Amino acid sequence: MSQTSAAPPPLLSVDRLVVEFPLDRRRTVHAVSGVSFRLGEGETLGLVGESGCGKSTLARAVVQLLRPTSGKIWFRGEDVCRLRGEPLRAIRPHLQMIFQDAVASLNPGRCVGGSIAEPLRVMGGHDRRSRDIAARQMMVAVGLDAERHFHRKPFEFSGGQCQRICIARALMTRPQLLVCDEPVSALDVSIQAQILNLLASLKERYGLSLIFISHDLAVVKNICDRVAVMYLGKLCEIAAVDALFNTPCHPYTAALLAAHPEPDPDRPPATGDLVGMEIPSPVDPPAGCRFHTRCPAAQPVCSVTEPDLREVATGSRVACHFPLSAAG
Amino acid sequence: MEPNRPTRLPAAGIHEIAARLGPIFWLAVIWLAMVLFAAVTAGYWPVPPPDRMDWAQLGAAPGAPLTPAGTPSAENPQAGGAAHWLGTDTMGRDMVARLIFGARVSLAVSICSPAIGFLVGGLLGCLAGYYRGRLDAGIVATMDVILAFPGLVLLLVIRFYLGASLTNLILILGFLTIPAFSRVARAKTLGLTELEFVQAARLTGAGHLSILVREILPNVVIPLAVYALLVAAFMIMAEGALSFLGLGVPPPTASWGGMIAEGREALDTAPHVSLIPAGVMFLTVLALNLIGDGLRSLLEGRAHP
Amino acid sequence: MSPPRSTPLLAIGDLSVALPAMQGCVRAVDGVTLSVTAGQAVGLVGESGCGKSMLAKALMGLLPREAEIGPTSQIHFDGRPLLALSPRERRTITGRKMAMVFQDPMTALNPVMRVGRQISEVLRHHLGLDRRAARQRALALLRQVGVSMPRRRLDHYPHQLSGGLRQRVAIAIALACGPRLLIADEPTTALDVTVQAGILDLLARCQKAQAMAMLLISHDLGVVAGRTQRTAVMYAGRILELAPTRKLFGKPRLPYTRALLDAMPRLANPPRTPLKAIGGQPPDMTHLPPGCAFAPRCRWARGRCRVETPPLESGRGGDHDHRVACWYPLEGA
Repeated sequence: MSQTSAAPPPLLSVDRLVVEFPLDRRRTVHAVSGVSFRLGEGETLGLVGESGCGKSTLARAVVQLLRPTSGKIWFRGEDVCRLRGEPLRAIRPHLQMIFQDAVASLNPGRCVGGSIAEPLRVMGGHDRRSRDIAARQMMVAVGLDAERHFHRKPFEFSGGQCQRICIARALMTRPQLLVCDEPVSALDVSIQAQILNLLASLKERYGLSLIFISHDLAVVKNICDRVAVMYLGKLCEIAAVDALFNTPCHPYTAALLAAHPEPDPDRPPATGDLVGMEIPSPVDPPAGCRFHTRCPAAQPVCSVTEPDLREVATGSRVACHFPLSAAG
Repeated sequence: MEPNRPTRLPAAGIHEIAARLGPIFWLAVIWLAMVLFAAVTAGYWPVPPPDRMDWAQLGAAPGAPLTPAGTPSAENPQAGGAAHWLGTDTMGRDMVARLIFGARVSLAVSICSPAIGFLVGGLLGCLAGYYRGRLDAGIVATMDVILAFPGLVLLLVIRFYLGASLTNLILILGFLTIPAFSRVARAKTLGLTELEFVQAARLTGAGHLSILVREILPNVVIPLAVYALLVAAFMIMAEGALSFLGLGVPPPTASWGGMIAEGREALDTAPHVSLIPAGVMFLTVLALNLIGDGLRSLLEGRAHP
Repeated sequence: MSPPRSTPLLAIGDLSVALPAMQGCVRAVDGVTLSVTAGQAVGLVGESGCGKSMLAKALMGLLPREAEIGPTSQIHFDGRPLLALSPRERRTITGRKMAMVFQDPMTALNPVMRVGRQISEVLRHHLGLDRRAARQRALALLRQVGVSMPRRRLDHYPHQLSGGLRQRVAIAIALACGPRLLIADEPTTALDVTVQAGILDLLARCQKAQAMAMLLISHDLGVVAGRTQRTAVMYAGRILELAPTRKLFGKPRLPYTRALLDAMPRLANPPRTPLKAIGGQPPDMTHLPPGCAFAPRCRWARGRCRVETPPLESGRGGDHDHRVACWYPLEGA
C-alpha cells in the first residue's frame, strides 16, 4: 500500500468496521470489532485467522451480504453501506464472492450453464443468446468443457469443478473485487493447486483485486500480496507477504506459523505452544488485547489496555504492546 | 473432508430411474392410473346408473344377473352377459357403478384439497421462511391457530350454515391442510436460504421476488409435491371417515366412504358391500403412499440439501 | 520382504471391502496389505474417497452392514485373526486393545451424557472398575490429555466444550483401557491449526509414553510428515507407496506422491511460486480405468500403465523398506 499522497485512492477502504449479532436478548456476538484496511487496485489481500475470528463475517459485510453495525466501506469512492435500492443493485456486479462450499453455491435444479449466465439475466441488457455465448466463453476461461458441461446439473460435478463453475459465474459481471471465502479448503490437494493457479491467472487476465480468506497459511503465502491476520474480530497484524512470513511481529502470527504442518519430516513437527488451547468466545471477548489469554509473551498491561494497530515498518502494522521483531 | 457428497452420479436415464424405483412402485402407479381412468370415464361404462336401484337384487353377491331397466319383476333372464359384476349394495345399486362414480368423489377430494393446501400453505411457508422476522412469526402463529382448531367442529358449522356439498367438503379439508404444507415449505425454505447459491443470487443484484421465484420455489415445489401425495392419501381416508360419521358427501352421491358406511349393517349377510369399497380404498391409499415414498427416496438419493 | 524383526501387532493382508453402489459395486478398499509393529506410528494418507476411512472402519469392525469383505482378506491383531472371531470376541479386542479417534469429536461423544460418565462407563465396562475408581481414573485421564480444569469438565456435557477439548475427551476415552493400537482417523481435520498442533503433540506423547502403536490417517501430508515412522499413500482403494516417512517425503518413488508434494503450497517456498497442479479429476470409484488408477492423471504414464495393475513391490535396488506399486517408479533424485 503506497503511503504517498499522490497515489490513487484505493479500490476498497474499510474503516473501523463493526459487525455485531444479537445472540439473545442480552448477549451480543462481537464478530468484527473495528477493523480498518485498504485494498489497492489489482492487489490480493489475504485474510487469515482461526474459526470464529470474524473473517467470513468481514467478507460478507464487504460484499454487502450483511449490513455492518457501524463503520464505513468505501468502494470506488462510495460508501456502499449507505447504498439502498437501485444504486446498491448497480454496484453489486462489481463486488463478487465465491464460497467454501461450491456445491451448495449452485442451484441444484438449474443446469450449470444457466447458473453461469444468470448474473447477466439479472443485470439485464442481454438477450438469451448473447448470455449463453458469454457463459460458454467463461466456461472455457475457467477450464470447463462448454459443449459437454453446459447443460449438466451441479450434482454431476466434483467439488473442484463446481468451484470452477462458481468462479465463472462470479466473473460474468466483470467484477473489480472478488472475495474468496476459503475457496480451496474443501478440496483435495491435487485439485486445490488447480484452483489456486486458475485464480492467479484469472486475476491477471481480468485485472481483479482479491480478498482471499483462508486458514491455511501456505495457501495464503502462495497467492497474496499482503496478509492481514485476524483474531477474535480484531486485526492483529497486516503486512506485505514477505515481511509477515519472514519476520512476524505479532505473537499470534508467530504461533500460527509455528503450528503450520509442513510436509517435511526433517522440520521439527509443528508445535502448539499457545497458553491454553481454547479460543475465547466472541460473545464475551477478553478485555485489553484479545489475544492475551493465550499469548506466551503477555504482560500485565496486555489484559488492561488494548493495543492500537500501529506501524512498525513501512507497510507493516501490528496491534501489540510488545511486537516480536521490535523487541528482539 | 466429507466422506462423500454424491460426486458425479451418472446422468440417470429413464430406464435407470425406472429400475431404481422398483416394480412395486410401478404397480402402484398402474393401480392409480386405473382408478383415475375409471373416474374420468365413469359415464361411459356399460353399467347401470349408480343410483338406480335393482329391487330384485338387494345385496346380491358378485356376478348376480342384471335386472334390465323398467322391469320391476324378478323373473328376467335377460342374459347377454350383463350382470352385477361385483354385486349390488343393500339398496340394489350396482357396486361397479357406485365404485367408479365414488372414485370421482374420492379423487376430487384427494386432488383438490391438497391442491388448496399446496398453493396457499406452500406460498405462505416460502414467504415465512424467506423473509423471517415479523411476517414469519405472524404466519407461524396463524398456522398454529388453524392446527389447534377442532376440524370436526368447523365442518359441522360450515355444513350447518352453507349446506353439505362436495365443494364445501373439499374447501374445508383443503383449508385444514394449509398448516402442514406451510410447515414443510417453511422448513425447506429456511434451509435453502442459508445456502450459498441464494447468497450468490443476491450478489448479482437479484431482488427478493426474483430470488424467491427463481432460486427458492423450484427447489421447494418438488419435495412439496411429493408431500402432497401423502396428504392426498390421507384425504381419501379422511373422506371415508367423515362419510362414516355422516359428515361426508350427502347420500345419493356415491362415495367410497359412504359405501362402506352403508354396508356396515349388512356385514353379516352381504359383507362385500362394505369390504369391496374398503379394499379399493385401501389399495388406492397404499398406492399413493408407495408412490410418495418412492419419489422421496429418489429425491433424497440424488440431491442436496 | 523385510526380514520379520518381530511379529507385527497389526497385520492386514489383502483386505478388500466392496460397497454396493448405484451400478454394480465399488471396491472402496482393494487388496490392501499393511502391517504395524508394536509402538510404531504409521501414517496413511490419501485424498477424499480413496478408501482410507473405510479401511479404518474395517479394522474396527464398524463397516456399514451392506459392505462386503473379500474372501481372502485377513486382519491379524496380536496374532489373532479378527475376521474369524465372533462379533462378541471381537468387541473385547476392539474396545480395549484397539481404540479409535474419529474426525468429528461432536458426533463421537454422546451429546446427552456428561463427559465424566462417558469415560467411566468405558472403564467400568471393560476394566470392571467400580464407580468411584472409574471416576478417579477418568479424572487422571483428563489430566493426562491436557484438559484444563479436569474436575469441572467431568460434569460438563460435550456441547459445553470447544472442539479441541472435545477431541481431547475423545482421546481420553480411546486411551481409557490402555490400548496397544490407536487408530486416529483425521483426528484434527475439524480443528483449527493451533489446536491441531496441540492434539498431534498429545497423540505423539501418549504413543511414546504407553508404547502404543498408532495408525494416523489424514488427507494432509503435513500432519503425517513429522509424526510417523512409516507412511502409506492410498489412491482409489489401493496402497500405492509404502516407505519410511523420511524416505517417502524425501525421495518419493511413486509419481502420485511426487505430484502431491509438488502440488502443495509450502511455507518454505517464496510467495507466488507456481504450483504444479495434478491435472484431471479425482478418480470416479464407480468407473475405475483398467490398469493403474492414477494413470489418466500421471505425467509419466506409458502404455503398460493403462492395461496392467502394478503390484506393491520393493524396488529392484533391493530397498526392502520402500515399496511402490508402479511400473515405472521414479529413481531417487
